Amino acid sequence: MNSIIQYFKEITQGVGSLLRGMQVTNRYFFSPGKIVTQKYPDNRKDLVMFERFKGEVVMPHNEKNEHKCTGCGICEINCPNGTIEVISKTIITEDGKKKRIIDKHIYRLGMCTFCALCVKTCPSNALAFSQEFEHAVFNRALLIKTLNKPGSQLMKGVE
Amino acid sequence: MEEIIKEVVIGEQEEYVINMGPQHPSTHGVLRLVVSLKGEIVKNVEPHIGYIHRGIEKMCESITYTQIIHLTDRMDYLSAMMNNEAVCLAVEKALEVEIPDRIKIIRTIMSELSRIQSHQLFWASFGMDLGGQTCFFYGLRDREKVLDIFEETTGGRMIVSYNCPGGLMYDIHPNFRKRVKEFIKYFRGVLWEYDAILTGNVIFRERSIGIGTLSLEDAISYGITGPSGRASGFSCDIRKHEPYSAYDRVQFNEVLYNEGDTYHRYLARIEEMRESMSIIDQLIDNIPEGPYFVKMKPVIKLPEGEYFQRVETARGELDVFIISDGNKNPYRVKFRSPNFVNLGVLNHITKDFKIADLIAIAGSLDFVIPDIDR
Repeated sequence: MNSIIQYFKEITQGVGSLLRGMQVTNRYFFSPGKIVTQKYPDNRKDLVMFERFKGEVVMPHNEKNEHKCTGCGICEINCPNGTIEVISKTIITEDGKKKRIIDKHIYRLGMCTFCALCVKTCPSNALAFSQEFEHAVFNRALLIKTLNKPGSQLMKGVE
Repeated sequence: MEEIIKEVVIGEQEEYVINMGPQHPSTHGVLRLVVSLKGEIVKNVEPHIGYIHRGIEKMCESITYTQIIHLTDRMDYLSAMMNNEAVCLAVEKALEVEIPDRIKIIRTIMSELSRIQSHQLFWASFGMDLGGQTCFFYGLRDREKVLDIFEETTGGRMIVSYNCPGGLMYDIHPNFRKRVKEFIKYFRGVLWEYDAILTGNVIFRERSIGIGTLSLEDAISYGITGPSGRASGFSCDIRKHEPYSAYDRVQFNEVLYNEGDTYHRYLARIEEMRESMSIIDQLIDNIPEGPYFVKMKPVIKLPEGEYFQRVETARGELDVFIISDGNKNPYRVKFRSPNFVNLGVLNHITKDFKIADLIAIAGSLDFVIPDIDR
């Protein structure tokens, strides 16, 4: 007799515990205001990332197509896995002096681990992170990017 | 006819070997378990690892100490903050740098936040392993709030790279205090749902109480640390025994149970979330002003010698051992990762349980596979 009572007691307790869990889910079912999911591809236009978000490394240019990169190569030394390659060239300035300037700043997005050491250690703050996060492309070669824009120059006053 | 009967009888007596993984949803990654079965009873579990081995220890030998940090993110990606901290503390100990209180307190808050989000994901995936799909959505909903805090301050969600030798990469965001307080208030309000959905659930209790019991002696001899060890009564919390950062100035309880079964390994993690919240409560209003990093040399060279640091990650004890020969690269770096050691006990505690219990036991040990392989 005792075991039968125990048997039914366990069943009622078990059903009770399931109902208690259902209570929580029902609460959210009937109050849709508490739902936190985003409709991602549809809300693309007004989706704002955090300002420090590490999207990809970019070299900001001003309206005169000038950047701050002097081609010192500190970012290349600090990069742990060879993502960055700085190719510089020597030119002769108007007053006859030799000067080393940047030719190409190559950034391989496919290898980047977003450790932020290049941005952090750049002495002239020439690099920054963009908010872009949709990196998928159909061709792997598109992930190798040249950060300085064609025809760009070093900003005046940056040494 | 006789031959067929004979074969069936032999088949019943022999052990039946199946592969679980490497692509199996409940191994949480690329872990391969070779399971010997007798009917439905597990007789032997042999983990085969190495599917995600990247040679992190070897890679550390060719890069500088600041660059090691971004590799430690990728070991136990759910406790990235604590992994970063372990290497930073070892380097700072070697250089005998005095770290200001501000850095220590921020590091402690970040570590505890990361412990909370790790345990939230444990709850989510453990519930799903045992058939409760709802848990996964509820756990990830709350975890998102911690990840937002990380993203705002560090720029990364899981791969944070926030600590660096000598301090922090960035100062905390102006919204940091407000957001953490909001999160703590919010999470205290919803933690009862975790208990209502899973802890009290009759199916969950039937499947976890008394399953995979690990005794205190075995926990110590196998070296099981973290919440899994503490559920067996093994007092192994590094935060208590060897306080680092700001753990010596906060009050918290070490969560200890004596039962050591799957259910108590689960409970230990739920309770740890509550303890973590109380640690953050004590520190969040006391962040002093000051610099967020100590000026270090551009190239860090450790003096010749051996350096050792222990930290408590969300899964157990992480040890970093660095041998330096005076160069800018370490001579040898060794990580004692908690998951690798915890995996060793799996065969011992799953023996003679059903194969469905293997999922529950492996889930309760909370493996992160990249930390096993490194």
